[in-house]
Amino acid sequence: MNIFDTTLLIAFFVLGVCLLLAAIRFAMGPSLLDRITAFDLIVANVIGIIVIYSKLTRDFELIDVALILSLFGFLGSISFTYYMLRRNN
Amino acid sequence: MDIDLEFVKEIISSAFILAGVFFMLVASIGLLRLPDFYTRMSAITKGATLGMGMIVIGIGVYFNDTEIMLKILAILFFTLITSPVAAHAITRTAIYKKVPLWKKTDLKEFQNYLQKRELDKDEVEDQLQKNSKRL
Repeated sequence: MNIFDTTLLIAFFVLGVCLLLAAIRFAMGPSLLDRITAFDLIVANVIGIIVIYSKLTRDFELIDVALILSLFGFLGSISFTYYMLRRNN
Repeated sequence: MDIDLEFVKEIISSAFILAGVFFMLVASIGLLRLPDFYTRMSAITKGATLGMGMIVIGIGVYFNDTEIMLKILAILFFTLITSPVAAHAITRTAIYKKVPLWKKTDLKEFQNYLQKRELDKDEVEDQLQKNSKRL
């Protein structure tokens, strides 16, 4: 087992811990906006995990998934805030 | 003396990925531990963008392929464009929704800004009244 594979395993483990921490904040966040920010962090985490997984399986098509996901996370948070602002007015 | 280029590539890539994972972990701990919504927002926006960018660059260096590097630069470009805009929109919504601030927050400049805006609104209304009289 060389250095690079060890690095990827460590990265997988730590990114999993990050997902767990974000999920805790997602569950207990006092306001809806806290949950939206936690969702942002989860999307960034999942992009990192997908890119590392594409190296582990040698499946290069998965990078396209990360590309699409980086746009959809933005769309999600923007639409949430838009409808939150419109609901009172 | 020969230098093993594969090994050098792996070392560079590992350094990028480990640094990115470190920043991601710092952002997650900040999200969990910081006291109010606005400080958590600042932790997420900077830490997660930098961490994800460094992980993605590390994988791009490892693959050593033009097509994959182009896709990775596209991911970086979209993230660097969209992340500040999303953070600004979310924080603006929080200000309008009056999400409570931390009690130690220094609000002096913000209140000065609000007073200035009120004054500006009065001036605008004066102008409008003058204009209506003139009409």
